[in-house]
Amino acid sequence: MKPFTYERAQSPAEAAAAALRIPGTKFIAGGTNLLDLMKLQIEAPAHLIDVNGLALDKIEATPEGGLRIGALVRNTDLAADPRVRRDYALLARALLAGASGQLRNKATTAGNLLQRTRCPYFYDTNQPCNKRQPGSGCAAIGGFSRPLAVIGVSDGCIATHPSDMAVAMRALDAAVETVKADGATRRIPIAEFHHLPGDTPQLETVLEAGELITAVTLPAPVGGKQLYYKVRDRASYAFALVSVAAIVQPDGSGRVALGGVAPKPWRVEAAEAELPRGAEAVTVRLLADAKPTDQNAFKLPLVRRTLAAALAEARS
Amino acid sequence: MHDSCDFNVSRRDLMVGAAASAAVVTAPSVAGAQASVGVPSMKVSFTVNGEARALELDTRTTLLDALREGLHLAGTKKGCDHGQCGACTVIVDGRRINSCLTLAVMHEGGSITTVEGLGTPRDLHPMQAAFVKHDGYQCGYCTPGQICSAVSVLAEIEAGIPSHVSGDLTARPQASAAEFRERMSGNICRCGAYSNIVEAITEVAGRKA
Repeated sequence: MKPFTYERAQSPAEAAAAALRIPGTKFIAGGTNLLDLMKLQIEAPAHLIDVNGLALDKIEATPEGGLRIGALVRNTDLAADPRVRRDYALLARALLAGASGQLRNKATTAGNLLQRTRCPYFYDTNQPCNKRQPGSGCAAIGGFSRPLAVIGVSDGCIATHPSDMAVAMRALDAAVETVKADGATRRIPIAEFHHLPGDTPQLETVLEAGELITAVTLPAPVGGKQLYYKVRDRASYAFALVSVAAIVQPDGSGRVALGGVAPKPWRVEAAEAELPRGAEAVTVRLLADAKPTDQNAFKLPLVRRTLAAALAEARS
Repeated sequence: MHDSCDFNVSRRDLMVGAAASAAVVTAPSVAGAQASVGVPSMKVSFTVNGEARALELDTRTTLLDALREGLHLAGTKKGCDHGQCGACTVIVDGRRINSCLTLAVMHEGGSITTVEGLGTPRDLHPMQAAFVKHDGYQCGYCTPGQICSAVSVLAEIEAGIPSHVSGDLTARPQASAAEFRERMSGNICRCGAYSNIVEAITEVAGRKA
């Protein structure tokens, strides 16, 4: 790791202001992704602001009947919350499908949304990577692309977003609450939170310099059967090759979001109108503009089959 | 067994000596860094296995390196140093975490339990005794992390925390072999002692029930 100075944040607004003021600042919460990247010098902050002391670790009911999840709520606590288990089973299932028990005990709600890709070329500092070093090229295109994205990609980047939690949040229409360096707050629908790579794969979210996530809100529960199916190379503790988040209502309508296939949680609302016609029809719309490589083209039929399995269980 | 007792005594002497000094300055072993002028350092105090400890550390020092190199508690092992293998698992404020993926300075006022704090060679923790009885290891390198993790797994099940294999999210999770296997997936054993580890955890879970 490169040397860095360290401070403990006193308030969200002060943390945001300090992060803008001090060059090379990063916030640290769970640290499970950031420290990993710092050891490899993929991240090399000059200053860390530890936000763990901020009282952002509560899950509260909102006046609209939903939940406001503090940015620092650990993945374990969010998945174990009785309201989440009862009313947002999709979110609990997605969280429990991710990482290990040790990591879920540290990893936070906000950090989960901000985690970086596990593309092997992003991690290998000997290789070109437009996300790690803008303009250097993409070794994944034409390289080992089996785990990488099939849709939403660009000529400069085919990395996937690695989160399971964010896929559930997308299907549940979550929103991200932040405080900016000038003290202003804003609410960002999760659909607008992550960027597609385009020509700037290093820009992953709409967050501005210094802007700090304070909470993630969920609307009132939508009911239905809520399922998260994750297909991976081993039964536990692995990133998704493909994941399907599905909410299916008794009348056959519902919502579908995908993980493991795109640079952000992938949802196409128009495709959900096809749900009564089955997994094939939905998948055709969801992945209409897919640009798979030879190595990851298997993800297209895998999405269809995984969705079919989820729909069969939802309707059984 | 006798040898390990002697080792333990001598290590305790060392620990007493370390505690008597005002502070121990340690540098992270990563990147060959040594504490040097101009590299930011900080004081941090926490409790380790019931003892109050104070250190002055290079801010880069992970909790794992602080335990091993600052406090000479070498029971906690460094495997991958990237949160993938679980060898460094310790219990912090009642929860198991990867000590390699957290900075020591982030644990001011915290309470840390390492494998040395669970039991002693003469008075093993039930999980340690069960690992011995069921041969839950071969080389033993992953074992301290496996044991800290296993102790926490039973606590997590008792606290009603669900897992990926829990059938009904709203019901209390079961202390079953399937649950143990899923919950222990963050602890890798290259010798492949998994089936014996599950037997050891099963025995301790049965005792508690």
